[in-house]
Amino acid sequence: MGNKQTIFTDEQLDAYQDCTFFTRKEILRLHGRYHELAPHLVPMDYTNDPDCKLPLALIVNMPELKENPFRNRIVESFSEDGMGNLSFNEFVDMFSVLSETASRELKAIYAFKIYDFNVDNYLCKEDLEKTLNRLTKEELTPEEVELVCQKSIEEADLDGDNKLSFADFENMITRAPDFLSTFHIRI
Amino acid sequence: MKVLTKCCIEGKRNIFNLLPVSCRSDFKAIMCSIRKLSTLAKRQYKTYIFLMIFPFISSSGSESDEDSMSEGEMAALKEEVEEKKKVIATLRNQPWRMKKRLVVLKEAQEFVEKFEGALGKGKGRKLYAYKVMMTKKLIKFKRDFENFKTACIPWERKIKEVESHFGSSVASYFIFLRWMYGLNLVLFGFMFGLVILPEILMGLPYGSIPRKTVPREEQETAMDYSVLFDFGGYCKYSFLFYGYYNNEPTIGVLKFRLPLSYLLVGVGIFGYSLMVVIRTMARNANEGGDGGEEGDFTFSWKMFTSWDYLIGNPETADNKYASITTSFKESIVDEQENQKDENIHLRRFLRVLANFLIVSCLGGSGYLIYFVVKRSQEFANMKKDNLSWFEKNEVEFVMSLLGLVCPPLFETIAELEDYHPRIALKWQLGRIFALFLGNLYTFLFALFDEVTAKLESEKVIKNSTEWVLNQYYSNYSSFYNTTDVPPPAVHPSDVIRGPCWETGVGIEFVKLIVSDIQVTYLTILIGDFVRAVIVRFLNYCWCWDLEAGFPSYGEFDISGNVLGLIFNQGMIWMGAFYAPGLVGLNVLRLLSSMYYQCWAVMCCNVPHERVFKASRSNNFYMGLLLLVLFLSLLPVVYTIMTLSPSFDCGPFSGQEKMYDVIMETIEKDLPAFIGNLFSYATNPGLILPAVLLMVLALYYLNAVSKAYQQANTDLKKKMQMARDEEKNRRNNKDSTNQVMKDLEDLLPNKSLIPPPTEEEPPPPDVVIEKGSKSPKMKPGAAAKGVNLQKDVSLAAPNPRAPVTRAPGPRKGPPGNARGPQPGPGRGRGRGGPPRH
Repeated sequence: MGNKQTIFTDEQLDAYQDCTFFTRKEILRLHGRYHELAPHLVPMDYTNDPDCKLPLALIVNMPELKENPFRNRIVESFSEDGMGNLSFNEFVDMFSVLSETASRELKAIYAFKIYDFNVDNYLCKEDLEKTLNRLTKEELTPEEVELVCQKSIEEADLDGDNKLSFADFENMITRAPDFLSTFHIRI
Repeated sequence: MKVLTKCCIEGKRNIFNLLPVSCRSDFKAIMCSIRKLSTLAKRQYKTYIFLMIFPFISSSGSESDEDSMSEGEMAALKEEVEEKKKVIATLRNQPWRMKKRLVVLKEAQEFVEKFEGALGKGKGRKLYAYKVMMTKKLIKFKRDFENFKTACIPWERKIKEVESHFGSSVASYFIFLRWMYGLNLVLFGFMFGLVILPEILMGLPYGSIPRKTVPREEQETAMDYSVLFDFGGYCKYSFLFYGYYNNEPTIGVLKFRLPLSYLLVGVGIFGYSLMVVIRTMARNANEGGDGGEEGDFTFSWKMFTSWDYLIGNPETADNKYASITTSFKESIVDEQENQKDENIHLRRFLRVLANFLIVSCLGGSGYLIYFVVKRSQEFANMKKDNLSWFEKNEVEFVMSLLGLVCPPLFETIAELEDYHPRIALKWQLGRIFALFLGNLYTFLFALFDEVTAKLESEKVIKNSTEWVLNQYYSNYSSFYNTTDVPPPAVHPSDVIRGPCWETGVGIEFVKLIVSDIQVTYLTILIGDFVRAVIVRFLNYCWCWDLEAGFPSYGEFDISGNVLGLIFNQGMIWMGAFYAPGLVGLNVLRLLSSMYYQCWAVMCCNVPHERVFKASRSNNFYMGLLLLVLFLSLLPVVYTIMTLSPSFDCGPFSGQEKMYDVIMETIEKDLPAFIGNLFSYATNPGLILPAVLLMVLALYYLNAVSKAYQQANTDLKKKMQMARDEEKNRRNNKDSTNQVMKDLEDLLPNKSLIPPPTEEEPPPPDVVIEKGSKSPKMKPGAAAKGVNLQKDVSLAAPNPRAPVTRAPGPRKGPPGNARGPQPGPGRGRGRGGPPRH
């Protein structure tokens, strides 16, 4: 608040505070983190909105994401080109949605995107199978995988098309007591 | 849309023609006609209209500067601006890309800037502009304050480290600890700033009056370490305890009313804590989720919410993978086979036996505490030097020991009961809670006995003191033959003292809390650190694998620690009134606890193998805290209301009851009408109706909430039925409901005969039924299960029947009495379009 920083203009910082769940200090810290991922690529001066994107491989090596089985999907869902290249805006967006104060509806939307591996706006059986295999590191037998996916679809599917649309997913996830506390990354 | 555009254009023409005389009325007409259109169109196109018409207004209105816009446009424009402001406020909740958000933000802000200025033209322009400026300043101030607050939150890095290693459940303990620290800091601020500091700065110094001086007989030992450790000697006669405070109504230059402040702070501590706890509970309640049924979404929830995104450590991640796999396998097993039919009688007997054993344990511990406190009273009468350390600190020692030994004992006994781990955890928590509560209250009762004994002895001393004083006066006046007798010149440390029961109680509490702290820290040191060291280093030369086998590394006991924290806080609340320094002590304790436990957990503990949350939301522990708050309020309020304060120590000495201070202040210091007001307010004739009103309000709110719950369950059932029907239809399966099958068999004959009325009578739990003649299919809520079909009642025709021909005209409200219409070729027994 007191010291002059030259990374962002004050209007930019205010705009970021309006558009995300972060405070000014956190946004500056995020920029620091973004910068240290690739110090020679990321400029320190963002006042004229440089167009700089970091590739997927750099971002999934962050300590917060390194151990997450869905790290690739997370980064891909927030990237505009779908390949995982994040600009600083998208980087901030990602951590804002995953922050503690983000709303439940917003988190549900992005959770849906993350678990949708084939990006067809439905969670079909293959998506569920992939999710399960990542969660259990393929320790379950194929029959068990089949059973679990089948049961999940049965439980959550409302319109009977054998796959989960966003409405089905949202209806199921908003009731989960653990959702908000587990779908959270602290940065 | 076309109408609107036409209106727009005509409006423009109208303006042109009738400018400038009757432009206002026409605008009013336009506004009225626009308002008649749908609100949605209004919102979207009003801007368009304004942007088109506004230039004409402003150019024409240059002659009449002031009232260039009519009321209607002002209101509409204001609405538009408000809407843009709302967009800005909810911008972060929109699932858009960041770039889009920034663009929308800029647009909205520009719009608001531009038209807010325009709105300012007209009546009250200065006031409006001032209001706008103040709102902007307020928003900026709020934002800065939020930034400042988040900057002040301590230990963020530490908690993140714990989270990444242990997951969110262990970290939740540390977040709770941090919250407690904040609460205690505020309470300390109150106590220190309003009670301790005034007395130190403006009150009489040590040694000036009897209550502030160590009595002559104790003075040789007053500095001894052992005496200080027991909170006697100089400690006892310091600002830490109740007895130090003087009872002068006002002190110092500022005329600070210390006794009043003491009482109000003592009660205010509870008030503030209550407010904070309830506010936190309300905030957590929103996050608690809808509370779906436990078995509704087992697999889906396991799949989508079991991975903890906070984990950043490879070992923890491996652990988590293993626990998720185990959890899935268990659910699969549960799903595939039914529970074995175990011997119910044996199980029940074992459970009753276990409960009996535990209740007897609780009773035994209560009696033990009572016995020990009584013994400590006897010890207090004997000379201090004859007692060993153990005998002096018996009470605290026994209480801490019980707190250590009983919970594992309960856990062992609970293995007889063979519950599901989550239920077993709940029972365990309940029992530990009962243990702590029982111990605390037994302690209080025993203490209370002591207090009454002290009050008795005080009466005696008071009488003797008065007698001595009387003697002195009579002697003096008879000797010197005057009536103007100076007060006896006795050194303060020689004056006869009363027992001062409040300080005694304060000392007991402080000793209890100190011993609790010591036991906790020692347990962590020995139970976690030494154990880890042993396992680690002895493993090289031991026969079996210590790390995997018997002792292994400890797991962090979340529930035990949280309960300990809650009860510690309860004791603080109870003791703060008698020992103002206690809150400061607690702040230090929580601070050191944070660092110590963070270190211990990172160094000596391993992540849990299985994670079971005690309850669905964080409100479980908050609820416990609330309960403890009320329970610790009771003794304090009781003493304020019924017990008389000591006659020679503390801020209330000389009063009949402690709350007399308030009465005095109202009478003497506040204007007369407030005194009248209070006397009216405490009139039973007013209080009884108020209580009655509150009871009625409670009853009403309860009824309303039940009605909402019922409506909620009805809606859920409807959704469930609709969804099952949908699935049914999509999969083109036959309905598994026998009645539906029968109906179906009857239908394809294209006969218009309504089905025979020999169907079974409707089951009692009917959800929607609106006066139908013949028995229809009712939603059978027979058994839970995914495969049983619940059918829609025929009385409410489902408009989404499989479409084999164009829908007929729908008439009238559904649900009127009507027989099932087996229209030609219609699907599954659903009526055709209603025909009256």
